[in-house]
Amino acid sequence: MTTTTPSAATPAAMPLAARLRVPGAFALGAVLLLGVAPLALSDFRLSLLAKYLCYAIVAVGVSLAWGRGGLMVLGQGVFFGLGGYAMAMHLKLADAAATGETLPDFMQLYGTGDALPWWWRPFANPAFALLMTVLLPMAVAALLGFFVFQRRVKGAYFAILSQALAAALSIWLVGQQATTGGTNGLTDIQGFFGYSLDDPVNQRLVYLVIAVVLLLLMIAARQLFVSRYGELLVAVRDSEERVRFLGYNPATVKLVAYVVAAGMAGLAGALFVPAVGIISPALIGIVPSIGFVIGAAVGGRASLVGAVLGAIAVAWAQSTLSDAFPAAWTYLQGLLFVLAVGFLPGGLASLLTVVRRRRRTTTPTPGETGIRTKSGGTGIRTTAGDTGTVAAIGEAGTLTTTGETGSRTTGGTT
Amino acid sequence: MTVILNQSFTGISIGAVLLLIALGLTLTFGQMGVINMAHGEFIMAGAYTTYVLQKSISDAGLSLLVALPVAFVVAGTMGALLEWLLIRRLYTRPLDTLLVTWGVSLMLQQLARDVFGAPNVQTHAPDLLTGNISLGGGVTFANSRLFILGLALLSVLALTLILRLTPLGRRIRAVVQNRDLAEVSGIATGQVDRVTFFIGSGLAGVAGVALTLVGPIGPTMGTNYIVDAFLVVVVGGIGQLKGSVITAFALGVLQSVLEYSTTVSVAKVVVLVAIVAFLQWRPQGLYTLRTRSLA
Repeated sequence: MTTTTPSAATPAAMPLAARLRVPGAFALGAVLLLGVAPLALSDFRLSLLAKYLCYAIVAVGVSLAWGRGGLMVLGQGVFFGLGGYAMAMHLKLADAAATGETLPDFMQLYGTGDALPWWWRPFANPAFALLMTVLLPMAVAALLGFFVFQRRVKGAYFAILSQALAAALSIWLVGQQATTGGTNGLTDIQGFFGYSLDDPVNQRLVYLVIAVVLLLLMIAARQLFVSRYGELLVAVRDSEERVRFLGYNPATVKLVAYVVAAGMAGLAGALFVPAVGIISPALIGIVPSIGFVIGAAVGGRASLVGAVLGAIAVAWAQSTLSDAFPAAWTYLQGLLFVLAVGFLPGGLASLLTVVRRRRRTTTPTPGETGIRTKSGGTGIRTTAGDTGTVAAIGEAGTLTTTGETGSRTTGGTT
Repeated sequence: MTVILNQSFTGISIGAVLLLIALGLTLTFGQMGVINMAHGEFIMAGAYTTYVLQKSISDAGLSLLVALPVAFVVAGTMGALLEWLLIRRLYTRPLDTLLVTWGVSLMLQQLARDVFGAPNVQTHAPDLLTGNISLGGGVTFANSRLFILGLALLSVLALTLILRLTPLGRRIRAVVQNRDLAEVSGIATGQVDRVTFFIGSGLAGVAGVALTLVGPIGPTMGTNYIVDAFLVVVVGGIGQLKGSVITAFALGVLQSVLEYSTTVSVAKVVVLVAIVAFLQWRPQGLYTLRTRSLA
């Protein structure tokens, strides 16, 4: 969606077909997700797709924070987990209440006493639990982000810190077996707000909810991308100092992206629980956290559709190929990361643009040379992936070019 | 008092392991800002080297001594190869190196699984290192831990001497401090990068040899240490040996004392909070490189 041709830089001059492309593609996606998939897929495959769509929801946030904001969010597992656990805690309590028990099954098993831990109690309230699936991740992200961004802790530091947070949370969950289910996590969830999850019809309902949430979030993200804030976010990514000099606070800009991405991951985690029936520390540690980012990277982090499709494709490939050829899949997965991130930084979404640009280099057409020089110029200093975005962002692209050289000059005097 | 002494010694030995791992990272991270996630797999390579050598050399003490230089070369060569194949192409995108090297680390883990099997393997520690030294009053130091501590300190000393006294060290420091200036001064920065990666990854191999003394050897053993080691580098200050040494021991002791008074998981969380708080005070780490190129 965002990796359009350089001509997209002047929206007014776009032909009608090009202007209709984004809504058209979106409508096609909606029809496929809401109409074709439920009819064409078996119950089993549809529930698998529901799981992939949850990853895709995380990818929407990753595309915002990382693709647009340049924040390498390596701890999305934390927020996914917080949302997932908040939802699962409520569902476990509801399951227990339905059978006349006061404690979830695993707590009875580990026998830690008769009383429900105090921090479990509020989750019996469905409205509170639902709110927490989003607010809890956002609050944690806001707290960490505030301290990190305010002190201008840099990219690599932020990536490592967010990863350490993921490690800490999963270790903590494993350690508190009596109240969190330990390594097993919260399993065997029966109902979803009164609907039995064993019933295939209700599973389809859950799928539809997830698909609708994904589509809505994509619209919201798209609106955010094209808004003034979206431009500011890209500007902060490309030249933080310059944005600071213009009177904005880059810390706030980054914080908003990080918090919104965390909320999306939390929502995805919450929807994951009824779709899959389990949440466990294995889903939220360092490895899955990197996994969330990788899907978006393979598809194309800067492109919303690329990130979403990449997340779905990688998850799909993982579950189909890893069953058939576990060893071969791991090699393939590793190779995929290396090739996609190392040699195609815009992800698969930029493949078309890259090929097109290659062809244009051999036979330059007049009128387009100006744009090509610009993107070629940034290519030296910025990433090749950003070049793809530069062409897409239009007005902000100019900022990118000058911003990069600017940061270099200012960098020399600091 | 006994408890405190024993606990601090455990902490110091945790710190020594962290230090061995972080030393190599300080070099490679400091040199190019590269986040090498495959560093954990170089540790694994060092550990498996020890395992293989022990198969052919039955004397545990001798095989351990031989393993140290061999693991250094094996892991170092892997690192130099990785630098040459991938990392040097990503010089302008240091953050992406994290994902690319993560892909490499996945492949290396699978390779280890295919070659050595998925279950963990074990080496025999030499007799000399299996005992304890008792200092009386219930205070005991495990010999193997003392050996690791010695190895870590020796590595720091060797690295310091190389960096301070040799022409190679001078070139490495020059590139870390200001790559562009080093380049125009006639230093072949690409070559220096490769040698730095060789040394840094080699140190990971040495850490792997040390880890065979305290735990099992498995395909995923590197993953357990890598994030902690990165935290050491971040808190210590990138490219700063001094910072890494102090931080590794401080974090080790903090972790082990907290673990004693609370639980492992709570200790982890508290350490992380402490690190975030510390970065509020010194965002660039304990020691900061004085440089003109803070790009």
